Amino acid sequence: MKYDVAVIGAGVVGSLITRELSKYNIGVALLERANDCAMGATKANSAIVHAGFDAKPGSLKAKLNVRGVELMKVACEELNVPLKNIGAYVVAFSEEEIPHLQELLERGEENGVPGLEIVYRDELVKREPNIGEKAVAALYAPTSSIVCPYELTIAGLENAVTNGAEFLRNCEVKEIRQNGDGFVLITTRGEIEADVVINAAGVHSGKVAEMIGDTSIEIKPRRGDYYLLDKSQGALAFSTIFQCPTKMGKGVLVSPTVDGNLIVGPSAIEHDDGDNVETTAEGLESVYNSAIKSIPAVSLRNAITSFSGNRAHCTADDFIIGSSEKNKKFINVAGIESPGLSSAPAIAEMVAGIVTELIPGIQKKSVFNPNRPAPVRFREMTSTQRAKLVEKNKAYGRIICRCETITEGEIIDAIHAPAGARDVDGVKRRTRAGMGRCQGGFCGSKVVEILARELNVPVNTITKFGGKSDIMYDKTK
Amino acid sequence: MKKNLICVSCPLGCPIEVEIENGEILSVTGNTCKRGDKYARDELTNPVRSLTTTVKLIGGTLPVVPVKSSKPVPKDKMFQCMKLINEASINASVKIGDVVIKDILGSGADIVVTNNDNGK
Amino acid sequence: MLNYDLVVVGGGPAGMAAALQAKEEGVEKIVILERAETLGGILEQCIHTGFGLHYFGEELSGPEYAGRFIAEVEKTDIDVYTDTMVLDVSKDNVVTAVNNRDGLIQIKAIAVVLAMGCRERPRGALSIAGSRPAGVMTAGTAQKYVNIDGYMPGKKVVILGSGDIGLIMARRMTLEGAEVKVVCELMPYSGGLKRNIVQCLDDFGIPLRLSCTVIATHGKERLEGVTIANVDENLKPIPGTEQYIECDTLLLSVGLIPENELSNGVGIELDRVTGGPVVDEYRETLHKGIFACGNVLQVHDLVDYVTEESKIAGKGAANYIFGKKQDGTFINTKGVNGVRYIVPQRVNIENEEDVKLYFRVGQVYKGAKVVVECDGNILSSKKKVMLAPGEMENVKITPEMLKNMNKNSEITVRIEE
Repeated sequence: MKYDVAVIGAGVVGSLITRELSKYNIGVALLERANDCAMGATKANSAIVHAGFDAKPGSLKAKLNVRGVELMKVACEELNVPLKNIGAYVVAFSEEEIPHLQELLERGEENGVPGLEIVYRDELVKREPNIGEKAVAALYAPTSSIVCPYELTIAGLENAVTNGAEFLRNCEVKEIRQNGDGFVLITTRGEIEADVVINAAGVHSGKVAEMIGDTSIEIKPRRGDYYLLDKSQGALAFSTIFQCPTKMGKGVLVSPTVDGNLIVGPSAIEHDDGDNVETTAEGLESVYNSAIKSIPAVSLRNAITSFSGNRAHCTADDFIIGSSEKNKKFINVAGIESPGLSSAPAIAEMVAGIVTELIPGIQKKSVFNPNRPAPVRFREMTSTQRAKLVEKNKAYGRIICRCETITEGEIIDAIHAPAGARDVDGVKRRTRAGMGRCQGGFCGSKVVEILARELNVPVNTITKFGGKSDIMYDKTK
Repeated sequence: MKKNLICVSCPLGCPIEVEIENGEILSVTGNTCKRGDKYARDELTNPVRSLTTTVKLIGGTLPVVPVKSSKPVPKDKMFQCMKLINEASINASVKIGDVVIKDILGSGADIVVTNNDNGK
Repeated sequence: MLNYDLVVVGGGPAGMAAALQAKEEGVEKIVILERAETLGGILEQCIHTGFGLHYFGEELSGPEYAGRFIAEVEKTDIDVYTDTMVLDVSKDNVVTAVNNRDGLIQIKAIAVVLAMGCRERPRGALSIAGSRPAGVMTAGTAQKYVNIDGYMPGKKVVILGSGDIGLIMARRMTLEGAEVKVVCELMPYSGGLKRNIVQCLDDFGIPLRLSCTVIATHGKERLEGVTIANVDENLKPIPGTEQYIECDTLLLSVGLIPENELSNGVGIELDRVTGGPVVDEYRETLHKGIFACGNVLQVHDLVDYVTEESKIAGKGAANYIFGKKQDGTFINTKGVNGVRYIVPQRVNIENEEDVKLYFRVGQVYKGAKVVVECDGNILSSKKKVMLAPGEMENVKITPEMLKNMNKNSEITVRIEE
């Protein structure tokens, strides 16, 4: 297999880069070691499109965050991904913290973030009635938004595949040979040749760079534990509630999600194993203890799940984006931690710019379809719309996930979409089946059945998320 | 020799002590009611259990159909019974009460179907 | 828009008994809407015996118990829609449902019986730390895989929670060749029946560890092991007691939650303790014409009681449909001193039939008295050999007792040691 560009890593960054490159007349492949896209930090982060006041002025983080916010609106519109502009508050819990807000405000203004203001307790309580009693003031950032990071990734990838890019799942890069002008990637799916390689391997970007002898990237994974609370708790906060940032990151936030749940987290624990996403009792406890400072009504009785993700924190303390010193056709996109999601569309734009310099004769395609059709979302329809839909296709009349009201039709769509779902978690991320209160207790086995039927494989080959994540073993009889 | 049991006749769960000599029960103590005495004697001389499981269903809407022993089977024969049941199968359609295995292991109990399946 | 006198949401034992009773009372147009492919509800996967001892006087398996009611329903002209999900019940009792044969269905009902049952508490509610691999599931999900789908969901099993579902699954998995390593119970006592502890665990040498819980799961793809630890009297893990147990499956049997999303949608008031609607002695909710019964109202341990309760609801719905139900004088019932809750939460003192108050206690009592009191008068006092949280109890209130009450009265039930 030979491509002009091989992108390693199908997180939000890899996916949007691939989409950006699918605008050109080149062959692009996105290589992912897992069974699906969005399987690393992309599926386990705070899901915030930051306004951009936090990053150091002049840094790549600052520049790409602000640009990313602009591009995010366009991308979400084209890709039919819900983006909700709910604003954010950074809360000061004592008089001593107020100067910190002032500092953030000034930094934000220098970064070009519009509309920042400091509000004091009375006003804050009016806007966020559930705020903790120690909150004295807050920096308000009206341009802060929320988006579902894996939905953005899935949508971007679907669109890239529609426009001719290839998605190679279960394709782990083991070794990279530099071959004259190009590269040979030795993968778990055989040898793949590429003229340009883009390293978007997240927590593993250091390891991937080392494959061509580039040791400049040092990733120090920082694990963050989160709680996700039931939809009944989604209205505890109307905006994203941050606390004053520390050197370990933006601290614990409490925020509604685009789907109406409440997300609480993360902790920040430095460790060595970027693949280790085990939550710890201490991590979860620290998240809870911090969160109740912001919103005292947060109750773990309403937790529907807890999870953990690794930030690809880089010792350079800024994004590393650009050609490797070892080989200019090897482009590192590393150290993409917060505000990585917010910056992702801008990162994609920047990387595409670099690639166009490297490939002679590269041109924009005459036909590029920027739109990814909106998936059917039965739960959001009116009765009239539902009636019409079911009349057209009966599969939309069979509810599989009771908690989230997800139909068989939507699950079938998710499986047959470009770069579609191959496992139960893939269906879950694309449709929300199994994401509700019962966490797949009722629908899990039905989703397995539908996957097996649509993919025409035995049910006991269907996994939770690829690899050895088997759900069922042998037949009992 | 003394043996201790917990009576399962009711939720009270009386701890029962049984004195046995040469296979003969000398005394049963600790029980609150008569049922405890009977339970202890049965449990020590001939413990039996109801067995419920599934059996392979051919041509059914489901791949298996539930079954039970029509009366309790000896406790120490449960796994032998399971082996026979796992080797057996029945063709749809089936209805509650259909016999899959008659007089399993000579226990006098039949393995009977406990749900209806009219087949595909 | 279809028109029915009575719409029953849910075709498990509760829905079927309510519908059948309403039919017997003379209600003409009744429909049962069931989300699964068949009637029977959760009983279809409960293939063990032990059902029906009170109601039928014999020990049946779940499908057999359900089967008797299914056969009764089939003999009547009650309409049944299976594989049909109710999406919404409106404030004026219009039920909207959908299926893949008829599409979107809207039904105007005079009365509605809610009988949606309950669901299992998932892992998230427990905050177990660790990885999130395949192989962690509720006991009920495993039960469906084994008993309905015919697949083994694991080979080396740890079970958290010693309620009856957990115990039953320990035996079931063992009989099918799995190795059940341990059953952990957070509380110092098991919520399951003694009989199940003996016949599901002791018979197979499966250890039951009380005051013990799972604190972490391990393994990246499939579960590889769990860490268990003893807990103190505040149910907090005791440092130093951690123990790693290798397993590929963790079954959770840690509680049931009434499924009241539809009830919430209509704005029906729920009881904080039961998680089900607040109802009167005919199981009518505070929303006129909407009744609730079975596990959606309160989690039962015996299906026989579900049947009993649902017949009451069916009768109540029939009375409502026939306009026989009067606005009476309703007073509250209240569980105090060891009594966690009472269903029904309100009683019409003009009622002319016996009313049974169902309740659960918060801990194990031996030889304690159940005392019913109203306005300072002891209505009844009865010594019980044993009271346990796992077993629903009841006391009877007679019309004679009710006659002496007024609109400010309150009936309390308490435990006296």
